[in-house]
Amino acid sequence: MLQQIEGSRAVAETVARCRPEVVCAYPISPQTHIIEAIGAMVKAGELTPCEFINVESEFAAMSVSIGASAAGARAYTATASQGLLFMMEAVYNAAGLGLPIVMTLANRAIGAPINIWNDHSDAMAARDAGWIQLFAETNQEAADLHVLAFRLAEELSVPVMVCMDGFILTHAVEGIDVPEQGDVDAFLPRYEPRQVLDPAHPISIGAMVGPEAFTEVRYLSHLRQLDALELIPALAAKFALAFGRPSGGLVHSYRTDDATTVVVAMGSVLGTIKDAVDQRRALGDRVGVVGITTFRPFPFEEVRRALSGAHRVVVIEKAFSVGYGGVLAADVASATHDMSLTLHSVVAGLGGRAITQHSIESILDDAAAARLPSVTFLDLDRDIVNSERARIGERRRSGPSAENVLSDLGSVASRIG
Amino acid sequence: MTRRSVRFYQVGSFAVGNRLLEDADRTIQSDPNRSDSLDSGHRACQGCGEALGARYALDAAMRATNGRLIAVNATGCLEVFSTPYPETSWRIAWLHSLFGNAPAVATGVAAAMKVKGMNDVRVVAQAGDGGTVDIGFGCLSGTFERNDDVLFICYDNEAYMNTGVQRSGATPPGARTATTEAVGPNPGNVFGQGKDMPRLAMAHGIPYVATATVADLHDLENKVSRAMELRGARYLHVLVPCPLGWGSASCDTIKVARLAKETGLFPVFEAVNGVVTSVSTIRHRTKVESYLSIQSRYRHLFTGPGRPDIVAHIQAIADRNIERYGLVDGARDQDLREALT
Repeated sequence: MLQQIEGSRAVAETVARCRPEVVCAYPISPQTHIIEAIGAMVKAGELTPCEFINVESEFAAMSVSIGASAAGARAYTATASQGLLFMMEAVYNAAGLGLPIVMTLANRAIGAPINIWNDHSDAMAARDAGWIQLFAETNQEAADLHVLAFRLAEELSVPVMVCMDGFILTHAVEGIDVPEQGDVDAFLPRYEPRQVLDPAHPISIGAMVGPEAFTEVRYLSHLRQLDALELIPALAAKFALAFGRPSGGLVHSYRTDDATTVVVAMGSVLGTIKDAVDQRRALGDRVGVVGITTFRPFPFEEVRRALSGAHRVVVIEKAFSVGYGGVLAADVASATHDMSLTLHSVVAGLGGRAITQHSIESILDDAAAARLPSVTFLDLDRDIVNSERARIGERRRSGPSAENVLSDLGSVASRIG
Repeated sequence: MTRRSVRFYQVGSFAVGNRLLEDADRTIQSDPNRSDSLDSGHRACQGCGEALGARYALDAAMRATNGRLIAVNATGCLEVFSTPYPETSWRIAWLHSLFGNAPAVATGVAAAMKVKGMNDVRVVAQAGDGGTVDIGFGCLSGTFERNDDVLFICYDNEAYMNTGVQRSGATPPGARTATTEAVGPNPGNVFGQGKDMPRLAMAHGIPYVATATVADLHDLENKVSRAMELRGARYLHVLVPCPLGWGSASCDTIKVARLAKETGLFPVFEAVNGVVTSVSTIRHRTKVESYLSIQSRYRHLFTGPGRPDIVAHIQAIADRNIERYGLVDGARDQDLREALT
């Protein structure tokens, strides 16, 4: 049933219908509304049996999840940004142990400078942790991906991170069809752990592994992720049959059939890009979009197929590797290394800066006119940058850059655009 | 804890002899049907206090729970010497995750048991002093504050032994470690630091806090049994000498542990709901020199002119403990009086 609700609420209700048995929570914006709603459901007795544990840190949140999952309980938590970094040791550990924990990541920038708004720096920091990473384009997909995530995680014994853009999705109210309990129950079987702490059948989990076997154990993790490349499309097809709408999958192409220029992106910005593409199509430009839903494991084959007709690819992403450039762009470049196309990396939307349709269209203009460098920072204020660079050049104690830039801007409040 | 009014001591030692006791009063470890939770064949050093303490503690916990036990282990000596892949010395359900998160992992296991209605399955978490008072302290405090149904056992050997004897927040003043070398005008660990973890645990108001040493294994077993009778967060702090890190003879582990208690440097007590309810009194009050001088980590206090000033500072700590916990206030005499009446 379509309801006008907040994205966080839809995710909370969907997670509840997945019948998690242990949910632990440590608050961090913009994840708070999700865990607040689940906490209320448990306290009211609407979600039962479920243990809702208010932990003292994100490190504990993931650690409690590890214990619960190893003891055979379906475990869920949610975090963002600094929280993900703070729990990172346990994030790697959960994947290394092969525990099918599901976690929502309400994507947010990472400081310093501290910033609570959306970008994908947090997800990229966990790129190599061994988690499957799914990116939601809409709130409907954010909700649906959680049902898929539990099924995927438990089938493969791999943890899954559902990434949804902080505020842009988590705090947006729109029409969302929260998966019905009966449908979820039919889609998501009971959790049957592959390994479990059971006093009747005692095993040791978490032994020390030396050079004699470490490579093999790690390679098995890699294979499980490669298995996910097969399983994710199969589950998406099953999901579409069961719920009557498409959600999940590896990549999604939009108007790419005869497109010579294709934009690649992840998350909610795809909506804006599609609007820009529609605009361009109306003018006769052969442009299209490829949205990456599954970032890890990276779907090399599907990306290649989706970009097979393109001469020019523009990867727009909300994160970058400092001193390198776009992270997703590097993966796309790797996937298309033997294809004859020109690739541009556009870093955009950092720390919540709006990515407007106008800016995307100007990128497309620049790309078409061969004016677009290989790495671009969208809507970068060069005057401000140059002013701080000059200050740094002029004197040794030039002060903190963040404060200097704000001072130059004369800005005391946040400007999103 | 069941306190016996009469104790039978073996001739020439402080140890309570099993052979002189009724079967019911003997240690759980002396029972041929003990669970052997931490089985032989592991790779602990000769004379390891931690291996001894863990074996007694977990067998007692297994007895108390009728074998319905899950153990969570922090990274450290106990984890490394017991589970070099693909071997394991654990004959119980056992999970190792990370160094600093054992209390939280145990909370998760306990939550899973609760949600599944398996209330008979109990959870023990164990860590060394580093995993308890330093890197695991945040998680442990959280587990205490929520009163999660976990018995947390700290095997305190007073430094990071697994990594090569570096100072921890539980390293005593004056002790030499690899990061507090016995050099300079103030050799060894500084004074005025170090966490008194049992008292910090008590400050959380949890149902049960106790300390023990491997010198009195009856007492250790009794405290584990007592802890397992209770629900909620419980803390047991066990002093486990480390021959490698302390520079004591591997045959002296029990002796060193006993002297820690008899000098007053390591008070042995129980506290219920944040209040001390019993103490193990000192049988033969002993100066700290007798404890310090048999450990090479304190050698700098006794070589050349020695450092009587530092020894006096350490004695002052022992004296403060004796006063604070009433370690020589006649409780033992009371035992004797009860026996005689």
